[in-house]
Formats: sequence, structure tokens, C-alpha cells
Amino acid sequence: MPFYVSPEQAMKDKADYARKGIARGRSGVVIQYDAGILFVAPNPSRALHKISEIYDRIAFAAVGRYNEYEILRKAGVRYADVTGYQYDRQDVTARGLANWYAQTLGSIFTDSPKPFEVEIVVAEVAELPAEDQIYRITFDGSVNDEHGYVAMGGQAEAIANVLKEHYSEGMNLTGAIAAAIAGLAAQANGDRMDTSAGQLEVAVLERTRDHRTFRRLTGARLESLLAEAGAAGGAGQPAADEQATGEQATGEPATGEPATGEPATGEAPGTAKPSASGAGSAAGKPAGTDGKTAGTDSKTGDPKSPQSGHADSPEPGQSEPGGESAG
Amino acid sequence: MGSDSNARLMTATYLSAGTSSFSELLTSTAPELLPGSGGLSGSGGLSVPGGLSVPGGLARELPHGTTIVAASFNGGVVMTGDRRATAGNMIAQRDIEKVFRSDEFSCIGIAGVAGIGIDLVRLFQVELEHYEKLEGRVLSLEGKANRLSGMVRANLGGAMQGLVVVPLFAGYDADEGVGRIFSYDVAGGRYEEQRHYSIGSGSVFARGALKKLYSDGMEAPAAILACMQALYDAADDDSATGGPDLTRRIWPLVATVTADGYRRLPEEEAGSYAEAVINERMREPDGPTSPMRPPTSDSE
Repeated sequence: MPFYVSPEQAMKDKADYARKGIARGRSGVVIQYDAGILFVAPNPSRALHKISEIYDRIAFAAVGRYNEYEILRKAGVRYADVTGYQYDRQDVTARGLANWYAQTLGSIFTDSPKPFEVEIVVAEVAELPAEDQIYRITFDGSVNDEHGYVAMGGQAEAIANVLKEHYSEGMNLTGAIAAAIAGLAAQANGDRMDTSAGQLEVAVLERTRDHRTFRRLTGARLESLLAEAGAAGGAGQPAADEQATGEQATGEPATGEPATGEPATGEAPGTAKPSASGAGSAAGKPAGTDGKTAGTDSKTGDPKSPQSGHADSPEPGQSEPGGESAG
Repeated sequence: MGSDSNARLMTATYLSAGTSSFSELLTSTAPELLPGSGGLSGSGGLSVPGGLSVPGGLARELPHGTTIVAASFNGGVVMTGDRRATAGNMIAQRDIEKVFRSDEFSCIGIAGVAGIGIDLVRLFQVELEHYEKLEGRVLSLEGKANRLSGMVRANLGGAMQGLVVVPLFAGYDADEGVGRIFSYDVAGGRYEEQRHYSIGSGSVFARGALKKLYSDGMEAPAAILACMQALYDAADDDSATGGPDLTRRIWPLVATVTADGYRRLPEEEAGSYAEAVINERMREPDGPTSPMRPPTSDSE
């Protein structure tokens, strides 16, 4: 390595690299509802999970490279189980876990040649909705303390904007699923995203359950919920479509590829690297994510300080031109 | 070793693709947290530098869990335990709990030194859940029983010094649709028991009573009552085992495991079984008897 690379450049390259990797996969959403917290991610696989249980009241959702977030998930389970065994089950908190993830991801980002291409959400359901905790942790170890809803992945901003319209405090599970579907549809760039039960991974943390609150929603239960949500969300659905198509009109040149390119296989281990199309298509992404990192840099580390995770993200309409000019 | 480097080591261990066993994880990261590690000096790979040796006689003065009874019934298994902890000639606790849910489809009871036994149960509970979360599947009942065997063996050094604890493990085998019972010795020997079993200081009396009351294909209520009778007989003859405490309304702990999962009987329900036994013993202090049918003589 004879050439000098400035630290700024090295960090920027790493961050760009990680963002590109994350943008290749599909985004996921986490939404609070009256009786718990809902996790939804497009995932046709029944065995390779994006959403998992960490502890009694804590769950984990991730996007990006499967093998990397799987390492983080297992490490989180180990951290939680050791802490809970050493002290008490109630002493395992999402805040502690989010801090641990932040430190770990931060040091991986700084120390290792290749950063993790992942974005994760750690959520804890409490007795009362107001005490629920949702943390979003990005590849560089930045932590955002979120309230109500959060989207993760390359198209998080677009989805979060749709979620903002559909989310209301104290909504029920059906409403939350309808909002999640509408949000996820915003990343499909006009192609109707397949939101059938077989294409979605859905799980909840149920507020009133004892002991382990994590439940996967699958099969007939999920199908009936999706049908209800489709009926209930009838009014909201067109708005989501508008959003999606409106974005597509401006966003197509830059972002057309990644979302629709490899929907199913993008997450599976070993298939994460698509061909050349990724480079050009991902160039549109940093415009959207730059706004986010500008926000996150300032508050690295302390999940206590409330973050307006969405307030500082640019409108999709604004971010897209940036993407175009970059591309 | 500083706490910072210790934390780094922990983080590295968590991140490295390793075992799905929680007890193995603890052995490599924090062996001092393992049950009985304080009393171990060099056995089973769990030796802790500066481990204490327990003077003879002290172990006997520690609180001990006494009698656990388990029996299988049609479609499941029941486990009951008395509520007394005994330290030497003293009653250490009147309402101790010695039967635990180990996971959704199994339960575990302990007899012996309570301090180590309860930690063993805690470790076993985390062990099963840890495996389930990491691997995304539940261990088979045989797998759970074997795992417990290794954990009991890890305490062999403590057992040699008098800190003896043995578990009784029972669960519902979904493949075969039956309840199964496993007993252990201090060396980790694992034995599958047929129909019913008992461990602890009163087990001799409980087993004697239970085998007279048990019949194959019993329904759950009958099996629970039979176990309650057996516990009463154990308390009747073993001073360390506690009987139902009418004045304080402390009843034996009853848990069942069926296809519907683990269920601990609520206090009132366990109490109703205990009171049925007591009412009967008011009339017949030695419990139910069966008619004797001597062989008819040929001379008739």
C-alpha cells in the first residue's frame, strides 16, 4: 500500500461502500401499535430471518448482508442472555443492547478494512406504549432513538415519509400492518410489490404477554390480517400508490435497479454481490442517505438524547434530483 | 485483567461464530458465574483459581431441597415437590419452590443443596432458550435431557465435597405424544424412568407409596392425586420433607406438561388436591388401601 489515503477519504469510502451494500437489499419497517410493536420485512425465505427474538421483550430487525447481521443477532442474544443470567431478566434492556451494538459496529467500522453492510433496529416493548423503546443503529455505530415508527435500509427516507402519513398513535395491529404495507410499497418504484403472506416476514412483540413476548405471524393468521389490513387500508392505499409512482417518475433513472433487481436473492448468504448494475444504481442512494448521516454524525453514541430521526431527512422529491445529478 | 480488556474479550467471543450452548459460552467467558464454581477446586474443567474447599459438615448445614415426585399420565407428565428446605435439623424455608418450568414442554425439579440446585435450574433454563434463539429450533426432549446430564456432571467436584444436587427432568415428547421422565446421578448419569420416579430425602417412601397407587394410562387428575398421596407419605416418614401446611395454606407445588405446554397449578387447585388427601387421611391415617386377595386354597 504505497499510497497515502487521508482518514477523511478512507472513512468516506467505507461509508459509501456500506451504503451501497445496504441499498441493494429491501427495506424493512418497525411500527408501534396499541398492543405491541410490529416488524415487517419483505423476505420470501422461511428459514433465513431478518426479524428475530433477542430477549423476553426485545426483538431485532436488520437489513443488509445476511451473514453480517446474523453475526450481530447471535452476539446480541449472547450479550442479553449473559447479562440476564448474571443479574436478572428485567435488567436486560434495549438501551443497553443498543449501546453495545453501537460500540461494536462503531469499532468494526473504524478498525476493520471492510465495514458491516447492515442497518439494524432494536426494539423493546414496555408495559405502556409511551415507554416502548426503538433504536435504529447504522453501519458506523450511530444510534437513533425513534418513536412510533422507523424504516431501515437504502430507501428508509421514502418509506418513513409514507409511514408518517399513515401512522397514528394508538393504532391497532391491522392499522399498523396497513401502514407498513403502504410504506414498503413506496420502495417498489411503481412495480406493485408482492405483499402476499409468502413474501413477507412479520413478527410482533406483544405487550400483555408474560415472559417471552416475541411472536412470528405466519400462515393463516397472517393472511387474514393482511386481508383485513387491505380492506381497512383501502382509503390509505391510493395515497401510498401516488407516493410510490410520484417517486418513480423522478427516481427511475437512478434508483430503478436496486429495488427491483434482486428482490428475493439479495439477502441470501453468498449472493449478496450483484453485478455491475449495482454501482450505477446505488449512486442515487447517497443523496438520500447523506442527509441522514449529517444528522447522525453529531449524535453518535448516546441513545438517550431524543432524535428526530425523520425530521432531518430530506423529502424524497428533494433528494432525487441530487441523485440524478450525481448519476 | 482490567475490566476494559475483559469487555473486549467478551465482545470478541460474542461475535465469533461459536457454540450454541450457553453453559459453554459461560465456561469460556465467565466461568465464575457457573453454579457451584466457588466450591470447585479443579474438576470438570470448571476449576476456578482460589476455589474454596468446603469443610466437611458445613455442606450438611446448608439448606437442602427434599422430595420431588413425578409420574407420567395419559398424554403428559406431572411433577410435584414439597415446599420445605431443610438445613441440618432446622427448617430453612417453608415455602421454597423446587419444581420449575425449564421450557414450554418440560419441567425440572431439584433435590440436594438448594443454592447450587437453583442456579443449575437457572442455567438450564437459559441454556434451552439460548439454543432455541440461536438455532431457530427447539431441542428434542432427548437433547435437553443429555444437555442437563453434562451440566450435572460439571458439578461433580462440588458433589465430591458434599455439595450434592441432582435434578429430576420431565417433559412432553411431541413425536411420541407421551410424557417422559429422566433421573440423574451426581456423575451425570442419565436414566430414563418408566411411569414414575422420585428423588430426594423422602423419595424412598414416596416411591413405595406411588407404585401402589399408580396405574398405566391414568388421567391427569388421578396422577396428580397419586403424586400428592406419595408426597404425603414421604412427609409422614421423612422428617426433612414437609407435608401440606394447613395453617399457612402452603401446598405442594404441582406442574403438568402436556401437548398444551407447561402448566403450574394455581394455589387453589393444588390446595384442593392436598385437602382431598388430608380429609381422607383424617379417616385413614395411612392412606388408601387395596383389598387383599389371597390365593384360594385347593381344598375348597
